[in-house]
Amino acid sequence: MTSPGLAPVLAEPAGTDPGPGGAPARRGPVPVAVLRGLAGLAGLVAVLEVLPHTGLVSADYLPPASETVRTLGTLLAEPTFWTALGDTLTGWGVGLAVAVVAGVAAGVVIGSVPVLRAVTASTIEFLRPIPSVALIPVAVLLYGTDLRSKLLLVVYASFWQVIVQVLAGMQDVDPVAEDTARSYLLGTWGRVRHVLWPTALPYVMTGVRLAATVALILTITAELVIGAPGLGHEIAVAQVSGAVPEVYALVLVTGLLGVAVNLAARAVERRALHWHQSVRREVTA
Amino acid sequence: MTALSVLRRGLLVLGLPAVLFTVWWFATAGSTDFYFPPLATILESFGKVWTAERLLSDVVPSLLRLAAGYLLAVVVGVGLGLVVGMRRAVRDVLEPVLELFRAIPPPVLIPVIMLFAGIGDTMKVLVIVSGCMWPILLNTVEGVRAVDEVLGDTCRSYGITGVARLRHLVLRAASPQIVTGMRQALSIGIILMVISEMFAASNGLGFTIVQFQRSFAIPEMWSGVLLLGILGFLLSLLFRFAENRALAWYHGLRRAQRNP
Amino acid sequence: MLDVQDLQKIYTGRHRNVEALRNLTFHIAEGELVCLVGPSGCGKTTLLKCMAGLLAPTRGEVRLDGRPVAGPPPGMAVVFQEYGRSLFAWMNVRDNVALPLRRKKLGKARERELVDHALEVVGLSDAHEAYPWQLSGGMQQRVAIARAVAYEPKVLLMDEPFAAVDAQTRAELEDLIRKLWHELGVTVLFVTHDIDEAVYLGQRTLILSKSPTVVQEDLTIDLPDERDQLHTRSSPRFAELRAHVYEQIQRAKHHSGDTAPDPVVEDRAIEPVLQKTES
Repeated sequence: MTSPGLAPVLAEPAGTDPGPGGAPARRGPVPVAVLRGLAGLAGLVAVLEVLPHTGLVSADYLPPASETVRTLGTLLAEPTFWTALGDTLTGWGVGLAVAVVAGVAAGVVIGSVPVLRAVTASTIEFLRPIPSVALIPVAVLLYGTDLRSKLLLVVYASFWQVIVQVLAGMQDVDPVAEDTARSYLLGTWGRVRHVLWPTALPYVMTGVRLAATVALILTITAELVIGAPGLGHEIAVAQVSGAVPEVYALVLVTGLLGVAVNLAARAVERRALHWHQSVRREVTA
Repeated sequence: MTALSVLRRGLLVLGLPAVLFTVWWFATAGSTDFYFPPLATILESFGKVWTAERLLSDVVPSLLRLAAGYLLAVVVGVGLGLVVGMRRAVRDVLEPVLELFRAIPPPVLIPVIMLFAGIGDTMKVLVIVSGCMWPILLNTVEGVRAVDEVLGDTCRSYGITGVARLRHLVLRAASPQIVTGMRQALSIGIILMVISEMFAASNGLGFTIVQFQRSFAIPEMWSGVLLLGILGFLLSLLFRFAENRALAWYHGLRRAQRNP
Repeated sequence: MLDVQDLQKIYTGRHRNVEALRNLTFHIAEGELVCLVGPSGCGKTTLLKCMAGLLAPTRGEVRLDGRPVAGPPPGMAVVFQEYGRSLFAWMNVRDNVALPLRRKKLGKARERELVDHALEVVGLSDAHEAYPWQLSGGMQQRVAIARAVAYEPKVLLMDEPFAAVDAQTRAELEDLIRKLWHELGVTVLFVTHDIDEAVYLGQRTLILSKSPTVVQEDLTIDLPDERDQLHTRSSPRFAELRAHVYEQIQRAKHHSGDTAPDPVVEDRAIEPVLQKTES
């Protein structure tokens, strides 16, 4: 990202000067930022613990953090929890995989044929913003509370994240690199391997990362609303039966799951792109 | 623009959709499948179901709730984002907490919020705010953080500080990033609007569609799905239009950078 | 007008401290055009930022009109090297130039007068409505200069403003600076790494040593006041001065606050005869 006002620079003197900038010195083994972050988390836990006790918020609605954690511990011992977690992860994983494969395939095909790209542009623009939740009634009708109803939602929503990124990546191919490849008489396959794929890969990875997050949201939504087996369904059941600490414990689990998915996706992205020098800007989906 | 180029353009834009529509029409024309009625029937029920008064009684409340939740989320998200983004210490402290909250799939908060706010309009608006806030907040923090250092020095040397700096430098410079967050928030908002109504409501688009589905009024259900799709499309179009007006300078800048 | 006294700047980093400026002392009188030149990495930008109040020195002080500089003082305008990043991309040229003026609360009419005049003086009277990214590099830098001019500063600090601009445009902009300086009577401190530019532009040239920086020489440029790119640059006196500065820079690359014997600080006008000078 290079544009006035948007260069990501932090407190370094511009110009010809040597030496590090004026940011506070990070001495010692642990950087200040990490310590502060931990302090923030600790603060959150403290607030969540104290608030219900003070009576500002009824303990019926917001159990103290300690109770939530205890309930979480109980949950972890129950096999139903792990089954539900497994169901969620299955739905997420399968849906994501299908969406990525379909999205990359469609994106590559459409992106490499300019005519196709032009013709499908309006259709994609129209179908993309259709909220996946619109398909919930359809999914219920067709598949009930089956895994497939979950997959319908997850694949539909994640597919668009992937294909948009892939199309952007295909468009970003450097014409100079393309010409160079052609002048060296690389065949179609050679060009795909050496020019197209390296250019598109960062976009694909971004698409996978975005799709991974969306897939998790839709999986849990499907479980919550449709009643397909999984963590979302457990939350709905807990809420209906008034087991408030369970609700919070499960919400915490989904939050941690979301963080885990995000971190894993970023790790995979970094790994796949560790050779990639340039920084690609995320196409705004 | 010649007539031919207009024709070509029209063909490109409408060609595939028209083809798909026609295929849909004829593929389902003689359908006796309960779940997939003929397109003709769907369109017919569309006209019958979504009359002006039903639009008023169901669609408008939904949109109003969405608007209220979304706007509140923008105010809170940008406001908090500014505070967090401008002070490095605050950012360091709050970042893990914010990342945790953002990672919670928004629909999951519906049961939680229902505990506090019951099942009325407040609940729905709160749900939308709780989901839309995060992309806006985090993108605002990101945008504020990345304000160019040279521009910052320029403002300091000309004595542009405080509120003026906020207005002329920080907000404007961060606006492309903030708008990205707002776009993501819009999709989330629509999803939450529909789900919160499917869960617990007495009116609204989501509620109506679910009613149709539960009473097996299939063509009506499909007409609702169609309407939802159209609504999503129109809202995104509206957003794009507003964005192009507000960020005209940014699009021009990017274009100039891509074609030196 | 502008006093620098015993200025020192040490950057404290994670594992080491870097002393960018060792000990700088010099004086700039009102209405002077002084150039600062030195080898790469000699802390020119650090010095300029300290003088502009954007960076706090570790020791020593900067005084403007007798008052110590603790933050960016009013009455001082800075033109940076990265013109693209110092202009507001969301405002057109006129608004860019006018923004610092709003703070002065001069009233709309006076504001418009200053803006129009500034843009005319830099040769951009047609570009009022354009956006910075629609302009070439040289024109963008002119907008930054116009903004500084409209601000009516007492002191104008310029940090290698033409380093990122092509040679022909640079020549035009150099003449523009001298013209502005004559017309407005503003005090100008011009930082550059271009030796020719330093000699062509300045009344005085301060030659800096390499980091940790001290003033290696304070040279008076006794070229005529009326200068132009063609004749001045081909005059023998210009060649002598240029050669002298070049020699000094070469020496400066090996001398610093750590190694230089007695740094020469007083004014020295060199004899207009070709002779080897030791300093």
